[in-house]
Amino acid sequence: MPDETTENTVTTENTVTEVTEPASTVEALDAVGRSDSAAARAAEHVLAAVEPKVGVSKPDTILMADGVQRRFGGMTAVDVEHLEVQRGVITALIGPNGAGKTTFFNLLTGFDKPNQGTWSFEGRSLAGTSAAKMARNGMVRTFQLTKALSRLTVMQNMLLAAMDNPGENLFGSLVRPLWSGTEKRNTEKALEILSRFKLDTKKDDFAGSLSGGQRKLLEMARALMTDPTMIMLDEPMAGVNPALVQSLLHHIQALRDEGMTVLFVEHDMHAVRHISDWVVVMAEGRIVAEGPPQSVMQDQAVIDAYLGAHHDTDLGDDSLLDPAVLARLEAEEEKR
Amino acid sequence: MEELSRILTQAAGELIAPTTAAYVLAAIGLNLHFGYTGLLNMGQAGFMLLGAYGFGISTIAGAPLWLALIVALVASILFALILGMPTLKLRGDYLAIVTIAAAEIVRMLGRSSGLAEWTGGQAGLRGNEFKDTFAALSPLPDGRTAIGPFEYLNNGSDSWWVRLVGWSLVALALVFVWLLTRSPWGRLLKGVREDEDAVRALGKNVYAIKMQALILGGVFGSLGGVLYVLPRAIQPDGMARSMTFFVWTVLLLGGAATLFGPVLGAMLFWAVFMLLRAGLREGMAGTLAPTQVENIGGLVVGLALMLLVIFRPQGILGNKKELAFDAR
Ligand SMILES: Nc1ncnc2c1ncn2[C@@H]1O[C@H](COP(=O)(O)OP(=O)(O)OP(=O)(O)O)[C@@H](O)[C@H]1O
Ligand SMILES: [Mg+2]
Repeated sequence: MPDETTENTVTTENTVTEVTEPASTVEALDAVGRSDSAAARAAEHVLAAVEPKVGVSKPDTILMADGVQRRFGGMTAVDVEHLEVQRGVITALIGPNGAGKTTFFNLLTGFDKPNQGTWSFEGRSLAGTSAAKMARNGMVRTFQLTKALSRLTVMQNMLLAAMDNPGENLFGSLVRPLWSGTEKRNTEKALEILSRFKLDTKKDDFAGSLSGGQRKLLEMARALMTDPTMIMLDEPMAGVNPALVQSLLHHIQALRDEGMTVLFVEHDMHAVRHISDWVVVMAEGRIVAEGPPQSVMQDQAVIDAYLGAHHDTDLGDDSLLDPAVLARLEAEEEKR
Repeated sequence: MEELSRILTQAAGELIAPTTAAYVLAAIGLNLHFGYTGLLNMGQAGFMLLGAYGFGISTIAGAPLWLALIVALVASILFALILGMPTLKLRGDYLAIVTIAAAEIVRMLGRSSGLAEWTGGQAGLRGNEFKDTFAALSPLPDGRTAIGPFEYLNNGSDSWWVRLVGWSLVALALVFVWLLTRSPWGRLLKGVREDEDAVRALGKNVYAIKMQALILGGVFGSLGGVLYVLPRAIQPDGMARSMTFFVWTVLLLGGAATLFGPVLGAMLFWAVFMLLRAGLREGMAGTLAPTQVENIGGLVVGLALMLLVIFRPQGILGNKKELAFDAR
């Protein structure tokens, strides 16, 4: 879709993600703060006992990948030896552009096939499972390049996502009484979710008429219509304005508090630091570090992966939001 | 003056002609494919020809009307399955290539001498051989009836009976499509049209949805084919690529993804097409041979299709707003 590229939001794969207005982002994030819910404390407590080391086993694993490799020609885009994702917590997947995060997402959700490796969700092996089956099993994803169904209205986008609608059967569809009740319930649920994302006033607009950021929100709202047990978000904050980022972060934490497992890819370190319970770092297809956000961002391997070697900066440092500081760091790196 | 009124009456007659109704049915099928689901079926004439053969051959073999109709429908269902199975998992363009080729294969097989015993080869099957069961069903008394400027035989090839059945079928088809497209199933079709990966990510079996749409649209094509040959013979070369393009023109003219687009499109298409040809015949009598008139007619249709796609892709009934963000 060409309108996607003309927007100033960065939705193009493998390009540098836009740095949002520094001051306001920091302000917005400071207003978020870590959730202090029981679920958040429980997550922190459980994960505190886990050793922050690559491939470490988790007490309650929902998703597990083992020896997953994906090669494009001679280039290995993903090479994950072992990864476990803890149930009911927010796990962030970070890494520089081209690290293989999206490819890894595609592999896990059945949109791509690995050259080798096994992976499982809730103990069931997932090799050869179709993307649709994956979603029906309760693992739903969003896309880095937003996929709004343009010529459907926002509400239709939402209703389409609901599971087990008898009206989606070719023969059932002809008999309205079979599905009108379901539609009504789904509509109420959709309205509730839409209002959470401030999209309820847009419900009768075509999804194609939404802005890039609104589409991101719609995609996330739509995913929630499926009642997932695990939601995988590929850069949910890209192109969303600071004020909405704040409420988006609230929503993501609320999902965790409701018992959902969240795995998200994000470039904004501050967002990651603020809401994630666990951080997994990818670089050049491999997982180079994992652990709680504070410690991972000070991990030398991670800093090297992001900023090049020999920096002692903490990635969570607010000064990194300043383009001038970044430019200086880059210049230093060039000189080496 | 007399000439003019004759031309106009002829053109107006096209509005209710059996051929027009046949094209409406075929375009309704194509609308399910392309308009709602986004499937590029470039071989709708193949479905139509197959329906015609299925009906004609089984009737000649002694099948009653209902059985002959079932044969026609089953033939198109099998055709859709064969076309869909290898292609619906691939990108959309592949279906276009495969359908265009498959429709040609059906026509080539039909006109080949090897199957001439059944299909009548290049000459095809004469109408008298297969339309008795249909004609026998007519409750109308014999004779002619004039309604307004239109006067036809009650029974027979180009009769009120064929028109009555044809347009009743159209009405039924419209109700059916209306029921389908307002339902959650219809929403799925549109979802697939917009972005199949998004629909897949929401746990829907996209392949099954596309297959259902392909089959259903093919069945309408097959019905249209049966109706198309009722007032004439089954001639494979008369149901070739240009027929597919006519159906496309009809659909795009009326407006894809609209309920009444196929109806309006077919009526307008055939009325204008007749006006053009009759006008050329009368006006250029002596200068142009009849075959030249047909050629010019075909040329103008091609041109109209191009202009339509470029300047008004949403057709007459389509929604401009919907199209605004469709430029992929
Ligand atoms: N379909 C493909 N064909 C060939 N190479 C690909 C394909 N998809 C991804 N790659 C390559 O795999 C690598 C990882 O890409 P991927 O999209 O997973 O990165 P990412 O971590 O999501 O980056 P970003 O943060 O920019 O989104 C890149 O080098 C990319 O060029
Ligand atoms: Mg990516």
